[in-house]
Amino acid sequence: MSEAIDWGAFPDARGHFGVYGGRFVSETLMGALDELQDVYERYMKDPAFLAELDRDLRQFVGRPNPLYHAERLSRELGGAQIYLKREDLNHTGAHKVNNTIGQALLARHLGKKRIIAETGAGQHGVATATVAARLGLECVIYMGEEDTRRQAPNVYRMRLLGAEVVPVTSGTRTLKDALNEAMRDWVTNVDDTFYIIGTVAGPHPYPAMVRDFQAVIGREAREQHVEATGRLPDTLVACVGGGSNAIGLFHPFLADESVEMVGVEAGGEGVDTGRHSAPLGAGRPGVLHGNRTYLMEDDNGQIIGTHSISAGLDYPGVGPEHAWLKDIGRASYVSVTDDQALAGFHRLTRTEGIIPALETSHAIAHVLELAPTMRPDQSIIVNLSGRGDKDLATVADREGITL
Amino acid sequence: MSRIQQRFEQCRGAGRAALVPYITAGDPEPGATVDLMHALVDAGADLVELGVPFSDPMADGPVIQRAHERALQHGTGLRDVLEMVRQFRERDADTPVVLMGYLNPVERMGFEAFAEAAAAAGLDGLLTVDLPPEECDEVTGLLDRAGIDPIFLVAPTTSSERIGHLARAARGFVYYVSLKGVTGSQSLDPSALNERLDAIRQYTDLPLGVGFGIRDAESAAAVARVADAVVVGSALVSLAEAHPGDSAGFIRAAADKLGEMRRAMDAARSTSAAGSV
Repeated sequence: MSEAIDWGAFPDARGHFGVYGGRFVSETLMGALDELQDVYERYMKDPAFLAELDRDLRQFVGRPNPLYHAERLSRELGGAQIYLKREDLNHTGAHKVNNTIGQALLARHLGKKRIIAETGAGQHGVATATVAARLGLECVIYMGEEDTRRQAPNVYRMRLLGAEVVPVTSGTRTLKDALNEAMRDWVTNVDDTFYIIGTVAGPHPYPAMVRDFQAVIGREAREQHVEATGRLPDTLVACVGGGSNAIGLFHPFLADESVEMVGVEAGGEGVDTGRHSAPLGAGRPGVLHGNRTYLMEDDNGQIIGTHSISAGLDYPGVGPEHAWLKDIGRASYVSVTDDQALAGFHRLTRTEGIIPALETSHAIAHVLELAPTMRPDQSIIVNLSGRGDKDLATVADREGITL
Repeated sequence: MSRIQQRFEQCRGAGRAALVPYITAGDPEPGATVDLMHALVDAGADLVELGVPFSDPMADGPVIQRAHERALQHGTGLRDVLEMVRQFRERDADTPVVLMGYLNPVERMGFEAFAEAAAAAGLDGLLTVDLPPEECDEVTGLLDRAGIDPIFLVAPTTSSERIGHLARAARGFVYYVSLKGVTGSQSLDPSALNERLDAIRQYTDLPLGVGFGIRDAESAAAVARVADAVVVGSALVSLAEAHPGDSAGFIRAAADKLGEMRRAMDAARSTSAAGSV
């Protein structure tokens, strides 16, 4: 790895992280993306906009959230000290709202009256419907039909918030198809509609913009860790579907060479079974949803169905910045299976009294293996990206319990 | 001179707009595609646009999405589509064939391997919906050397500056997407179209094709008055669903529909020519 990477220079002006990223969309959207990029670059330097964003993050989201020292879990595992960045304590229960707050403010400044979004587990959909309700904007959420069943409580939450939830019945009826459908809506209604993408994927400027809105996670965590321990953490761990919570935590630490970063993909039934959602571990580079990145595809370049116990990780691609960080070796990526994630879910719940989302449980599962290999004077920050209330029915069902 | 250029010169000489049917390769089954291409040429097609099936056709409406799904059920991949082009060429050496699709299948095959195989099959052009000129340098270089024209879309939202940029990268013809939306959307407004095409003509001498929203003989005729080519897709592809399990019936219906459009377009051109004398 080069020692002299200027991390602030990525992505380049056209949205490239090395060979990844870029802007691969139909011509109709190019003008809207140019407009979005202009507005985003302008407002991210505008003190008044940043003050407005900061106020919303404090008063509406509840930031800063704690960096919690999980002492009992650390002691039981007998290795590194484990710190949990409590994104689950944000309003709406996950990190997603950091981004929707920011993009909704941009939408308002652009004068757009209608918001659309895709959602997998429903967390991004809820976070979008929430900010749309608050700003009085019309809101349409696209969600794979399969996911509307898996995450029924979130569908109801979105509808309570005034959003129209459109079940998507094309393709595999999951997150990737919801994204296709949201893109189709956007291309049709591009004049009055703002598309709030929920992860660090999509055409430029989305991967950079979503990262910048999520980077508040890493900025706070870095400061809180230094304050608590007087030093930087040794390792960061976060789950990776599209990868927004992971980039949010990692990005402010990229220049800190001593800090290792591990992204945890969904291994589903096992990467060797083919039934998983681990493009970084088992995919190859290609182009989907507006950017070049690692994808799960067949020999004909068709995107293949993914599997994960967690709807939020059930996606065949990954943010282009992760693809680049993997290739240059700045971050490493592993996967854990559905069963390991469930074990992580129960372990954290019983040991620390915190019920994590199934997505987050993947990161916890990896920490259960990693922490014992480290010394007690070392530390790990885990992004506790969301809370698990939405997953209770899935877990109960899997364990043969009728609620 | 490329086959596409030749064909547009012939059309211009004959005073007619080119008629360009789009079909999805492998829909409703791979065995039907080459027969359908020939039937469309017999019904008046000047150029055939062959859709390459993709799992995530983001720019397409429900009709063509379902066509992609049907084709993928038979496992129709890019190499199969090139084989169909090769078979078509055995009986038709003149009608240009353009592939329309998404970048990932081409990227997976490899741009160099694709360009070589496409040239050998007798392909004339490639339109990748999600490959803007900003990202295309590597691909267009390889296509150029293989004698394959890169076709680009211009949209109602495209700025003048971008039209210039697109026109410089484009070969063969420029495809104007007549409305904001996916394929098979609402009907277009022919009156606004002429003005827009004039604006594009300031940047390029390439023929201008118009597609998206042309659904019947009447709208095809209206577009033929102002454009160099009329592209019709969903209106033909939807007929596959009207003839389930009956490829021969689908082929007849599609050819009939295209024939109606051909006659209406030619009539429209001859009356407008007479009117302008």
